[in-house]
Amino acid sequence: VIFKRPSFWLTLLLAAVFVYLPMRGNDAALREDLILVAVAIILVSNLNLMIGYTGYVNFGHIVFYGLGGYVGLYLVSARGWHLPSAALTAGVFVSICALLFGLGVLRLRGAYFALATVGILVAVHAFVSNFDPWGRSTGMYLPFEAYEPLGGAMRALWTTYYLIIAVMTLSMILSLTIKRSKFGLGLFAIREDEDAAVVLGINATVYKAIIYSVSAFLPAVAGALMFYKNGMIDPSIAFEYMLSIEGIVMLMLGGQGTVIGAAMGAGLYERLRSYLLTQPRLSNFHLVIAGGLLLVVVLFASSGLIGWLYRFVPRSREVIE
Amino acid sequence: MIDGLLVGAVYGLAAMGLSLIWGVMDVINLTHGAMIALGMFAMYLLFALTSANPYLLLVPILGIGLVLGVLVYWLSVHWVLGRSQLMSLLSTFSVNMMVIGIGTALWSTSPYNVNFTLKGITVGDYTFTGNHIAAACSALIIALLLELFLYRTRMGKAIRAVADNREAAELMGISSTAVLAIAFGIGIALALGSGALVSTLFPFTILSGAVYQLKSFVVTVLAGLGKPLGALAAGVLLGLLEGAVTPFIAVSWIPLIEFGLFVVVLILFPRGIFGRATA
Repeated sequence: VIFKRPSFWLTLLLAAVFVYLPMRGNDAALREDLILVAVAIILVSNLNLMIGYTGYVNFGHIVFYGLGGYVGLYLVSARGWHLPSAALTAGVFVSICALLFGLGVLRLRGAYFALATVGILVAVHAFVSNFDPWGRSTGMYLPFEAYEPLGGAMRALWTTYYLIIAVMTLSMILSLTIKRSKFGLGLFAIREDEDAAVVLGINATVYKAIIYSVSAFLPAVAGALMFYKNGMIDPSIAFEYMLSIEGIVMLMLGGQGTVIGAAMGAGLYERLRSYLLTQPRLSNFHLVIAGGLLLVVVLFASSGLIGWLYRFVPRSREVIE
Repeated sequence: MIDGLLVGAVYGLAAMGLSLIWGVMDVINLTHGAMIALGMFAMYLLFALTSANPYLLLVPILGIGLVLGVLVYWLSVHWVLGRSQLMSLLSTFSVNMMVIGIGTALWSTSPYNVNFTLKGITVGDYTFTGNHIAAACSALIIALLLELFLYRTRMGKAIRAVADNREAAELMGISSTAVLAIAFGIGIALALGSGALVSTLFPFTILSGAVYQLKSFVVTVLAGLGKPLGALAAGVLLGLLEGAVTPFIAVSWIPLIEFGLFVVVLILFPRGIFGRATA
C-alpha cells in the first residue's frame, strides 16, 4: 500500500513546502522560481517513466508539454473554455495522440526509437509552424479577459501555481505507484532484456505504447497550465529542443529509475541553470556546463546522486525510491 | 531537380560518416550535427584566412576532422563501448552540447556564408551553378576514396573486420581500439567535409548542423548500415525528392516529410532499402 512507503510522505512534504514558502510572505518572485522547478520536476518524473523504467530514450519529451500548451491555449482563447477543462482535455488529447503514435513507432527497438523521437519533435514543430488555426510561426496570445473566470490576472497566477504543484505531486505519486505495480515490473523486465520479457509473456509493444502515452498526460496538462499563465505561445518556445535535452541531463544527474532522484536532479539543475543564465559572463556557457556535467555523470556515476547516496548509506534504499 | 541531385550527393557524404561509425561500433554518433556545423565554420575561417579555392581547403578540413574525431573518441566513446546504447547516446550528446555551446558563445547564432562562386554551366535555358557541381563532384571523389580505402588497404580491411566481429578481429592480432578510433575519426572527418561543402552552397548558423543531422539519419536508415556507397545513393535519392517537392509546397514542411519517410522506412524496411539480410 502506498501509504506505508516513506517516499510517498516525502512527496507530500515537498508539495507542502512548495505551497507554504511563497504563500507565507506573498512572495511572487519566489513563486516564479519555484514554478520553474515544479515544471522541471513534472517533465523529468514523466521522462523517467520512459528512460528510467523502460530503458527507452525519448529525446523529444518536450513535445508533450508544447502540444498540451497549444491545445489548452487554443481551447481557452478560441473556444472560451475554462482552464481546468481545457487543461484536462489537452492532457487526454495529447495522450491519445501519443498512444496511437506509440503503437506504430514503438515497434522500433532501442536506438532507432531514440532517433524517431528526435524526428517527432522536428515534425510536430514543422507542422505547428504551418498550422493556420494555431497562428503558424507567430503563435497565439491570450486576451486579458481570459483570466476573468479565475478572478483577474493576479489571482490567476496564484491559482495556476497551486495547480502546477498539484500536477507535480501527482507526477511523483504516479511514478511511485507504477514502480511497485505489476505493470511497472513488466517495464523493468523490458529495460533489462526485451527479448526475455517477450518470451515470458509480456506484450512489449503494448506496454511501451501505454507507458509512452501515460508519460504524455501530466506534461501536457502542465503545458496547458504554464502557457495559460504566460499568456502566449509560439512554436520555438513550445518545442524547445534544448529543454527536452536538459530534461535528460536532470534525470541522469539525480538518478534514473528513482522517483526522488529524478525530482532532486530536476530541482538542482533548474536552480543551477537559473543561476548561470543570470550571470552575464556565464550565460553563454550554460550549455557547455550542462554538457560537461552530463558527460561526467555518464562516464563516472551512471546512477546519479541517488546512486552515491545508496552506496554510502545503504539503508537509504528502503526509504528513498 | 538537378540541383536536388547535386545537393543530395552532399547529404550522402554526411550520412556516410554517420553510417560508418554506426556500422563499425554500433554507436549512434549524436555529435554528428555539431561536427557538420564545425565543418561549415572551419571552411568559413580558412576561406577568410587564405581566400584559396574552397574545394582545395577541403583537404586540411578533412585532416582536422580526423584528429578531432580521434579526440572525441577518446573523450566520450571509448569508455561507454559495450555498455548500454543509452550511455553512448548520452555521452556523444554531451559532446554535442559542449560544441554547440562553445560555438554559440564564439559566433552567436547569426547566419554566415562563404562568399565564393564558380561560373555555372548553361544547358539550354537552365543554368547549373558551379558551386553545386563542384560540391557534388567533391562529395563523389571523397566517397570513392573512402570505398577504395575500405576495400583496398590493410587498414580498411581491419576496420571491416572489427565491424564484423570485434573479438575475432582481436584474435587475429588487430588492435581494435586503434581501429575504432580511426574509424570514428574518419566518420567525423566526413561530417566536417560535408559541412564544409554545404557552407559553399547555403548560408549557415552554428545550429544548422541539426537539420543535416536529421537528413543524415533518414539517409542512413534508407541505405542500411555500414554501406558507404549505399548512403551516397540514398542521399542522392533524398536530394531528388526534396528537389521534386519544393515547387509545390513550402520549404518549412520538408522536415515533416523527411520524418514521415524515416518512420515508414524503419517500419517497412528495417535493414534499409539497399540492405541485404546480413546487414
